[in-house]
Amino acid sequence: MEYQFILYKATLSIAILTVSLLIAMYSTLAERKLAAFFQDRLGPDRAGPFGLLQPLADGIKLFYKEEFMPASANKFLYILGPSLTMLVALLTSAVIPWGNSLIINGHEFSLQVADINIGILYVFAVVSVGVYGIMIGGWASNNKYALLGAIRAASQMISYELAMGLSIIAVVMMSGTLSIQKIVDQQAGFNWNVWYQPLGFVIFLVCALAETNRAPFDLPECETELVGGYHTEYSSMKLGFYLFAEYINMFISAAIISCLYFGGYHFPFESMLPVSHNILTIIGVLILFLKITFFGFVFMWIRWTLPRFRYDQLMKLGWKKLIPLAIFNMVITGFVIRLLH
Amino acid sequence: MKVYLFYFLCILALYSAFMVVISKKPIHTVLYLTLAMFCLGGHYVLLNAQFLAVVHIIVYAGAIMVLFLFTVMLLNLNKEGEFQKPALVQVAAMAAGGILMITLVGVLKQTDVVMAKDPTMTQIGLVSSLAKVLYHEYLLPFEVSSVLFLSAMVGAVLLGKKD
Repeated sequence: MEYQFILYKATLSIAILTVSLLIAMYSTLAERKLAAFFQDRLGPDRAGPFGLLQPLADGIKLFYKEEFMPASANKFLYILGPSLTMLVALLTSAVIPWGNSLIINGHEFSLQVADINIGILYVFAVVSVGVYGIMIGGWASNNKYALLGAIRAASQMISYELAMGLSIIAVVMMSGTLSIQKIVDQQAGFNWNVWYQPLGFVIFLVCALAETNRAPFDLPECETELVGGYHTEYSSMKLGFYLFAEYINMFISAAIISCLYFGGYHFPFESMLPVSHNILTIIGVLILFLKITFFGFVFMWIRWTLPRFRYDQLMKLGWKKLIPLAIFNMVITGFVIRLLH
Repeated sequence: MKVYLFYFLCILALYSAFMVVISKKPIHTVLYLTLAMFCLGGHYVLLNAQFLAVVHIIVYAGAIMVLFLFTVMLLNLNKEGEFQKPALVQVAAMAAGGILMITLVGVLKQTDVVMAKDPTMTQIGLVSSLAKVLYHEYLLPFEVSSVLFLSAMVGAVLLGKKD
């Protein structure tokens, strides 16, 4: 049983890794297509039908580009930067419940790699470690623009982590558990957390945008001021890793938003469907991916609609608006829970 | 499996802690210290104290070490041996460190050897049991320490303002 268990978990992890990478790959195409749509252009349409092979072409191009190492850069740290960013981006997917369980030959297989009872804190820990890759990479490049970008990234991520944590605490207070699986199961049907925590959801969404370094919070790579930000000196697949990690982060954040606020793999009227447990699970997985796709679209929508913040505005928003709002949300949640019980 | 993991984490933790002391570039010191923190987090996981492990990583690796790294980068401390101290300070530091070590060894020698329970059987490190202890038995010290944190925060803001 032990052996079988390890084999199953390994297969599941590999499957989830593959799916995350594939989705991240096609998010780049979706992003470019959507950008084109918002700007009344056609977008990439040369490689394959509707440009479907474009991500592949991009990948091959990145692999074949010249590997450039800036003079007097710290070699080990220079390589460590993008690797860490990629590793941390992929780590979070371990605690996301991708679906209910599958029952095969009487054995129940959960579609979650690790159901640890502190899932949310794990996500939070991984997010807080995510800043290392950018800081190390930006610093090791030995370039002033890269260093500025890295410092901006670090201060931005530290600032928005706080508001993000405070908005999660309200959800945890409501559901009384730190396990993501249990939080999702409490939202069965249409009992979504977003109806009870609209303010918390908005704060979380804004912080998720800031944590993934996407516009309007893309100051770490703000090209009008910093050339390319923390990855100015990077080329070839190392640059590819940085850019790719952003799309994986986006996918994972969309998944976490769907799980915490929009019921994860649950959907309305699921108990009325006359299908077996396994088929219901598969429909649930598809529903979760539908929700993730929607939030991925929202992320891109925001990027191509809103202009970038100024740096002081970014800090003001984080410290003077979002954190007080999140604390207010927490206090209100506490009062309401006290009144109801 | 667990034993091998334990030895692996121990060796890595000791190695990185040693490197913190002997590496000359400030940035390497910070990164080795971060690695040591992660090893300690791994030890907590082996002891079935997941909550402690994650909080350890959030607080130390995610907040304090990032701040260290931040400082090192802002001051751009990249040169070796930038912190040459006078010989007197070096001797004094060695003496102070030695006294601390003697104290630690003395304390460790006096404590009774506790037979460890099987960590998978206890629930002591899980969040619910920890919360029960903190909010029932040690409620007052817990609240007092939170006031201490608050005053430290206010103090930091005041120091930062300097008008």
